[in-house]
Amino acid sequence: MIMEDRRQPPERDPDAILADLNETGRGKLTIFLGASAGVGKTYTMLETAHERLRQGVDVVIGWVETHGRPETEALVQGLPAIPPKHLTYKGRTFREMDLEAILARRPELVLVDELAHTNVPGSRHAKRYLDVEELLAAGIDVYTTLNIQHVESLNDVVAKITGVSVRETVPDRLLETAHQVQLIDIPPEELLQRLREGKVYLPEVAERAARQFFRPGNLHALRELALRYTAQKVDSQVEAYMRSHAIDGPWPAGERVMVCISPSPFSAQLIRVARRMAAGMKAPWLAVYVERPDASWEDEEARERVSRHLRLAEELGAETVVLTGDRVAEELIRLAKRRNVTQIVIGKPLHSPLRDWIRGSVVDRVIRGSDGIRVHVIPGRPGQLQEGGEPRKGRAKRRALPRSQAPYWAAVGIVAALTALLEAVAPLLGQVNVAFLYLFPVLFSAVRWSVGPSVAAAVAGLLAFDFFFVPPAYSFTITDLRYGLTFAVFLAVAVLTGRLADRLRKQVEAARRRETQTAALYALSRQMAAVIDLDEIAHSIATQVAESVEGEVALFLPDDTGKLAVKAASGDFSWVADSGESAVAEWVYHYGEPAGRGTQTLQEARALYWPLRLERQTLGVLAVRPKGDSGESSFFSRDRRELLNAFAGLSAAAVARVRLEEQAKVARLAAESERLRTALLDSITHELRTPLASMIGSVTSLLEGDQIFTPKDRRELLITIYQSARRMNRLVTDLLDMARIESGMMRLNKKWCDLEDVIGVALARLEEVLEGREVRLDRPSEIPLVWADDVLLEQALANLLSNAAKFSPAGSPICITVILHTGAVEVSVVNRGPGIPPADLERVFEKFYRAPGAEQVSGTGLGLAIAKGIIEAHGGRIWAENVPEGMRFAFTLPVDEPPSKETREKEGVTGCRVERGSS
Amino acid sequence: MSGGARIVVIDDEAQIRKFLRVSLRAHGYETIEAADGREGLREVTVARPDLVILDLGLPDMSGTDVLRAIREWSEVPVIILSVREQEEEKIRALDAGADDYVTKPFGMGELLARIRVALRHAAKGPEEPVITVGPLTIDVGQRRVTLEGRPVKLTPTEYELLKTLASHRGKVMTHRQLLRAVWGPAYEQDIHSLRVYIAQLRRKIERDPARPALIVTEPGVGYRMMAPWDGGGGRADPGTR
Repeated sequence: MIMEDRRQPPERDPDAILADLNETGRGKLTIFLGASAGVGKTYTMLETAHERLRQGVDVVIGWVETHGRPETEALVQGLPAIPPKHLTYKGRTFREMDLEAILARRPELVLVDELAHTNVPGSRHAKRYLDVEELLAAGIDVYTTLNIQHVESLNDVVAKITGVSVRETVPDRLLETAHQVQLIDIPPEELLQRLREGKVYLPEVAERAARQFFRPGNLHALRELALRYTAQKVDSQVEAYMRSHAIDGPWPAGERVMVCISPSPFSAQLIRVARRMAAGMKAPWLAVYVERPDASWEDEEARERVSRHLRLAEELGAETVVLTGDRVAEELIRLAKRRNVTQIVIGKPLHSPLRDWIRGSVVDRVIRGSDGIRVHVIPGRPGQLQEGGEPRKGRAKRRALPRSQAPYWAAVGIVAALTALLEAVAPLLGQVNVAFLYLFPVLFSAVRWSVGPSVAAAVAGLLAFDFFFVPPAYSFTITDLRYGLTFAVFLAVAVLTGRLADRLRKQVEAARRRETQTAALYALSRQMAAVIDLDEIAHSIATQVAESVEGEVALFLPDDTGKLAVKAASGDFSWVADSGESAVAEWVYHYGEPAGRGTQTLQEARALYWPLRLERQTLGVLAVRPKGDSGESSFFSRDRRELLNAFAGLSAAAVARVRLEEQAKVARLAAESERLRTALLDSITHELRTPLASMIGSVTSLLEGDQIFTPKDRRELLITIYQSARRMNRLVTDLLDMARIESGMMRLNKKWCDLEDVIGVALARLEEVLEGREVRLDRPSEIPLVWADDVLLEQALANLLSNAAKFSPAGSPICITVILHTGAVEVSVVNRGPGIPPADLERVFEKFYRAPGAEQVSGTGLGLAIAKGIIEAHGGRIWAENVPEGMRFAFTLPVDEPPSKETREKEGVTGCRVERGSS
Repeated sequence: MSGGARIVVIDDEAQIRKFLRVSLRAHGYETIEAADGREGLREVTVARPDLVILDLGLPDMSGTDVLRAIREWSEVPVIILSVREQEEEKIRALDAGADDYVTKPFGMGELLARIRVALRHAAKGPEEPVITVGPLTIDVGQRRVTLEGRPVKLTPTEYELLKTLASHRGKVMTHRQLLRAVWGPAYEQDIHSLRVYIAQLRRKIERDPARPALIVTEPGVGYRMMAPWDGGGGRADPGTR
């Protein structure tokens, strides 16, 4: 019999629609659920797969365990399979599903047997269901098989029924989000028959235990569990359907479940109970832990257990809350009321009633304060339901571990020393004062160590007081019974003050601890607000985080090409250079989930990898590990994770800010280049159109009114035409020169040339422009020859000179200066014009640059750019500066190995002058 | 020719000033030159010219500002010189009271024709009893329109529109000026109705409404009433169009 629970789409459940919207492109999960092994899950799965294959679906076997059964093996034939990969762990080779190969192959549907399987260490994920989740995330549909005993929330129920506890569990959310859950059901009798026929695979080692498991009673119970679980699921789907179709029904009102957890191993069971309760009511639930400020901070083990419980609750879908407070019950009630909790799940205490009598029972107080909230007190059964036996081991370890005895001996020592001292001075003090003085060691021990030594000090002090100072001296006997009262008061005062002092110390420690964390966060945030450089931010993140978590830190950020790379690290980061490590970082960056040590994913990594997330974006990855690769798993405690999370959030914000700034900068640059293009176009249009306008105007005048012009007028018009044409020619030449420089096609025809001569030619050419100006020339007596292209050099100089003339008042002098440096000669042109803003000094050499306020001075805007191109092609440097009298443009040219007089004559250097004359 | 008229040329380009000077003088005008807006305003104030030729791109101030300054106290005709990139500025200048415009580069014939229209306009009185544009006669007193002697029936709006265009014949009227004159200041943006009425008017008075000869479109600027065989507003400038 096969009972199907097919969720046939489309059911208009708003949540489902929303989930669909959120997870577009996600693969669909089909779970073949059975009550136990041997019901034929794999067989049914393969059969269905064959059907799909016939329908033309691209089906691939990712992992199927046939256990050598011929019927199953026959079904495997004909289905394409991805061969498993082989992993070596501790010298043994294991076969595992090849997740990477499946992802690379990207089939439409993949078969993954045994969802609850735990992968061999070294695999990408610790659990196979995590592999499946990744496949689903990649948009691949998955068929998988599962036994009911592996469902997380049923885990302890199954253990109770069968007496066999299963460590491999699958979170309920997988079943809840599954597209289809198909129950494979056969009557237990049939299953037992199959077992007898050897059709059910049993691992040899566990055969005896397994036979124990396959008892009719167990099988009936498991079958009932499976049927009920599926029925519940069907019910919730029916309800969702009815709701979405506005069909009335008795819907549970807004319930909210809260479970109170503690370091007790029994809490895990409580969490599961609350989970089931919440699921039954379709209510949200929270898991709460109240941390006492005086909780023993040194008890790492208890803290670790609490963080494990919180993680379990989170995995099961709870919201976790950690409160701090001395009065546990009151804190719980306050939270419950604030969050409108309707049901509280709390464990029945395991400790002796005496303790409750002394300290008051939390459960009692919760019940008393519940006030309308239903309280479920769940009796614990210690020892039976511990997670994988770990806590038990831990407890044994703690018992075996000898607490350091030094503080006790020291406390007793102090009492002894005090006694020796008092023995000498007792007669001066009187008995009452002596008794009081014995309180000192008690207080000291409490503050210095803890309650234990302080109690030891109290007892030792009492004994010493009795022995040495209470008559009869040097005996423990008391003659006066009133001393009994004294002792009792002494002991009470000693223990009470000792406890208070101890608590105070712990609170101080806790406060200090929190304060350091807060201070670290504050320091980081302040540092990040101040810097805008990505490198600097990365560096301060790495160092600050490393300091705060007392470990080694590396920060991965994507580089310009989008590839993740180590941007900064605290100290040595050779450990992240490993390709395996960067693969983990890549994974975290891609999925935005933490991975690596201390998590369920890729836990073989050497560090914990935490994503820097901001909203939906992952901006980078923070890798953290204990110093020197060693370290306990306690390094990855909840506290540290929370701190790490806060750091990650801060870092993400900082990185995002820098990124945004960079983007803004790019946008600004784009706008600037846009402005430049417009300027270019404006400049060229103006420069081309003006001469064109005067040419066309003059020509049309001549054409239309030929007879009215005098010969003088006609000549003037012709001259205008000629000048305009020359002006256009200049522009065209400049544009061509610029194009040549920019395309790298400028060829230098270098010869030895005389700078003085170059200056002379330039001045001669610009006679018209420089008309009416005094041009001063200041030069040393002998200027060395330079190895250059004299024609281009002359053009560069002419451009500088005409620029100097253009931007200075008519008639003002222009100064040309030649200065000799070692290995270079400097030529400068100074005018009496207005300066330009210092920020623009570099930009004057840009194409089409116009000094502010000089927009209307005519010119191509290319002269200085061309001069710069020419000088730089000669290996020289050109710059502009504001000087008191005006603007100074200067350039240097390298002077290398000036030829001696003889060689100069031999090579015919003077010919340069002749050549130029002819050119 | 309307000899003796005094023209102030305001343009920063020496070559343009030079050929304008030579050509205008040869055509009997007297020219005064200014290289920037400030100097131009001074010359306009001092010389009291009959017409101003104003370049829109001046080094010290925008042509429109110069125009506004002139319009504060003078109704002297102003012809704008603009380049194609200055459409917006050109329309602003026309709306601010410029009489006409030529786009650089322009033929001398075109400029001379615009100068003649502007000068003639300035010389005329504000109201003419009868306006004649080519074949079209508008009797303002009797609100009667005839085309080649035959009466034309016009709606009141069409009549107002035609009268506005005709009384500024030869001169460009911007959309805004027309809308303001015919419909009132509240309708300055309603270019759509203007286009509709112009089309209706053309169907009634043009020989070929698809190729209008009387009401000519000035793209992006407005309309101009021409007199095809009047000779006044001719566009005889070969080579530039």
